Amino acid sequence: MNLLSHLPALQVVIPLIAAPLTVLLRRRSVAFAVALIASWAALAIAVLLWLQVAESGTLSYAIGSWPAPWGIEYRVDRLNSFILILVSGIAALVLPYSRASIEAEVPPQQHYLFYTMFVLCLTGLLGIAITGDAFNIFVFLEVSSLSAYVLIALGRDRRALFAAYQYLLMGSIGATFLVIGIGLLYLMTGTLNLADMGLRIATVQGTRPVLAALAFITVGVSLKLALFPLHQWLPNAYTFAPSAVSAFLAATATKVAVYVLLRFYFSVFGESAVFAKLPMEQMMLLLALAGMFAASTIAIFQTDLKRLFAYSSVAQIGYIILGMSFDSVSGLTASIVHLFNHGVTKGAIYMLLGCVALGMGGTTLARVQGLGKRMPLTSFGIVIGGLSLIGVPGTAGFVSKWYLLLAALEKGQWWLVFMIVLSSLLAAVYVWRFVEAAYLQEPRKDTAEVAATPWLMSIPTAILVIAIVYFGLDTSFTIGTASDAAAALLGGRR
Amino acid sequence: MLTAEQAILAGMAVPLVGALLIPLARRVPNLREGITLVTAAALLACVLSLLPVVLSGARPGLVLFSLLPGLQIAFKVEPLGMLFALIASGLWIVNSLYSMGYMRSNKEANQTRFYVCFALAIASTMGIAFSSNLFTLFIFYEFLTLSTYPLVTHHGTEKARDGGRVYLGLLLSTSTVLLLPALVFIWYIAGTTDFTVGGILADKLGPTELALLLALCVFGIGKAALMPFHRWLPAAMVAPTPVSALLHAVAVVKAGVFSVVKVIVYVFGFDTLATAGAAHWLVAVAGFTIIAASVVALKANNLKRRLAYSTVSQLSYVIMAAALLAPLSLIGAVLHIAVHAVGKITLFFAAGAVYTASHKTEVSQLDGIGRRMPWTMGAFAIAALSMIGLPPAAGFISKWYMLSGAMATQHWLAVTVIVVSTLLNAGYFLPIIYRAFFVAPPADPHGHPHGEAPLLMVIALTTTAAGTVLLFFFPDVPLELARQMISP
Repeated sequence: MNLLSHLPALQVVIPLIAAPLTVLLRRRSVAFAVALIASWAALAIAVLLWLQVAESGTLSYAIGSWPAPWGIEYRVDRLNSFILILVSGIAALVLPYSRASIEAEVPPQQHYLFYTMFVLCLTGLLGIAITGDAFNIFVFLEVSSLSAYVLIALGRDRRALFAAYQYLLMGSIGATFLVIGIGLLYLMTGTLNLADMGLRIATVQGTRPVLAALAFITVGVSLKLALFPLHQWLPNAYTFAPSAVSAFLAATATKVAVYVLLRFYFSVFGESAVFAKLPMEQMMLLLALAGMFAASTIAIFQTDLKRLFAYSSVAQIGYIILGMSFDSVSGLTASIVHLFNHGVTKGAIYMLLGCVALGMGGTTLARVQGLGKRMPLTSFGIVIGGLSLIGVPGTAGFVSKWYLLLAALEKGQWWLVFMIVLSSLLAAVYVWRFVEAAYLQEPRKDTAEVAATPWLMSIPTAILVIAIVYFGLDTSFTIGTASDAAAALLGGRR
Repeated sequence: MLTAEQAILAGMAVPLVGALLIPLARRVPNLREGITLVTAAALLACVLSLLPVVLSGARPGLVLFSLLPGLQIAFKVEPLGMLFALIASGLWIVNSLYSMGYMRSNKEANQTRFYVCFALAIASTMGIAFSSNLFTLFIFYEFLTLSTYPLVTHHGTEKARDGGRVYLGLLLSTSTVLLLPALVFIWYIAGTTDFTVGGILADKLGPTELALLLALCVFGIGKAALMPFHRWLPAAMVAPTPVSALLHAVAVVKAGVFSVVKVIVYVFGFDTLATAGAAHWLVAVAGFTIIAASVVALKANNLKRRLAYSTVSQLSYVIMAAALLAPLSLIGAVLHIAVHAVGKITLFFAAGAVYTASHKTEVSQLDGIGRRMPWTMGAFAIAALSMIGLPPAAGFISKWYMLSGAMATQHWLAVTVIVVSTLLNAGYFLPIIYRAFFVAPPADPHGHPHGEAPLLMVIALTTTAAGTVLLFFFPDVPLELARQMISP
């Protein structure tokens, strides 16, 4: 019972402790075991936390028993318990996958470092999600980002170094902007506790430093979540990182950044009249639409599947931001549920691409010709993932699209309804580039010898692909949680 | 025996199970096709077991689960769905026999994939037929598009790829861009998407909005091939002929007009539309499609292309008849779904038989072919009579009802369209029959003597041709179902 009450701390502490352990133990199989246990424990804790929150409402945990707002508070509500499940769930699946996947991509003597960085990155992402303290968010953001830079740099291709460097530059600018914004808010409100900040901001709303803080935080976080046109780092990072890293980051890193934005916008600035002073909704709407159309169009012209789906991620982030810009329960529900659904979908796609890279020796469209014959199940999995990106019924993506359309209709914005469905057609175009290559082209001669996918890779991948369909059919968990979370975020104003 | 609820579920489950079993027998073609036939027979048995229940006035149904809060995947068998399921499952058996003959004689590749996708398409069709709300229908509608795509691109050639692009592109764009927003909107304003007698939109929208929403729905259901969204149908003709026969003369296109009729009758409601006068434009658009497609068919030399445009035209009969909002023409529309299915599948069967036996694809090559293939071209002639609407073929009955409905509502535009198009139908079908039987075959220097197509194919096309005549003499079941629909 005592242990149960410390779950919020353990959520972060367990992977944090696992990190130095992997370094100390060094042997790669032992390091793997430690990392695996840590990530599975993290998932178990996340599920328990979700259950607790579902049952008894928001949990507050004072680190070191220093009461909020003086001490650091970990605060678990419907929204972040959902994010915790996504992050730890993906980690729990990607980790066993990575064991076989990095075999071909990372030199064996560096494997234990891979696991170190992986659990550190997990720690950071979980920390961002769970903490109720603004400065703590920044700290964990740096933990996750620094480890992510290293993970990306581990890629086999030398261009991975450049990708990591690019991400490092952009990420650091983002983090700096974020900390400036947080600093300004601290200056004006005298507190770092998010909940407290949300209450106190009412007295200083509309002052120039608060508006500046909003701007800094928006730009900083947008860099991290790859909001168009601040997405430049993302395609390279996803393309050149080791497959397992692409899968993990694509499913979680940008999603956690979106969470940060949601938290600041709705829990901190939400109750104040800050939005009345700045046309944030219109701006986000424009950027979201630009991202949806521009990134999807760019995706159509890519020749490497990893890069194609990376641009697709930028476009899908547009949907999430579009949902936020509606500032309504349905809109936020769409955002939150899409954050989850897209995480699952993209995670699955990148895991599948890892299998393709291993089996066919690359992921360019030319190389995957005839994939339907060479690797039928993997190929079919990518098709399912692709259908979810388009938003075909029966997949998770449809659920998100439905709520997004509903939100647009509630606002009476018919033109937006058509923008949403038109951009999903662009997704159909880039997905069908893969389908035609995989099924309507004969396999190349040099891909005749397909390496069998190790079961450590295929089983986690299969689970995630099944999850795409599952969350497209049974939405009680996703929609249930997301709509509660959306209602709570907007609670003060309705 | 199955209860009605079990039979409904079996309607979807049986073909799905078949689709799972077929790949297991991929090394033994006879067993594989055996599984297809047994599956088809089992499906027909399930559907038939529902018929007496529906005829007795019951409307069995069940809720499978809630996909989204308030939006259920649910099924209910009403007369129209009953009729559609009956046609699709009945013709699947015949078509399977035909496929066996066709696919083997033409040595097609990837036959296992072919039969699997076929079974999946039929499962989706059953889902459409039994849907009890527009949401469920939409989901199965999309499944049907996706499951038929591999069939259209079956040959894997450049041409098949292009055909597949048009097929998927048009069907997916119309359903995503037009139908999906309409569906969300209907749910938003009505709070339900259930198919309800009398409609669910009464007093909710003004006349203009109703007309616009109807346009979103009718054009959004691209499978109904209303112009200008008809291009996918000729494009789909790159598929092997059994696909054109069952899917693009029966399952897919009928799913389209079936959905249109369902939407007009059970979502909008006759009275709502009639009061608002929101369906007049649809009569005109459908009428235009009927005439324009017939004119294109008249000029087409490729036989399958001519049949495809004939289908476009015939589908719009159903839409126009429904849009007239008259009980009599609705009976005509419902009957025409059945009648055209049986007739058009015969025509495609014949076209495929001609191709298999002689490798001829163009109308101009058919001189004297009736002398070599009397059964095939005889069946073709009977089915063509049905298309034109002459007795003793079933097409006469449905056209009679449609014409009566148009006259009863004094819709002279519709009357004119029906009369003119009948002439056009005769104009593009009779020359084929004339060529086949009365023009001497060209002197053939190379001498490729051929007789009838393989026996299985001839059996299949004779069966459906007999069906066209039988439906003329015994139209009781479809007629009763149609009557129940207008006076529930």
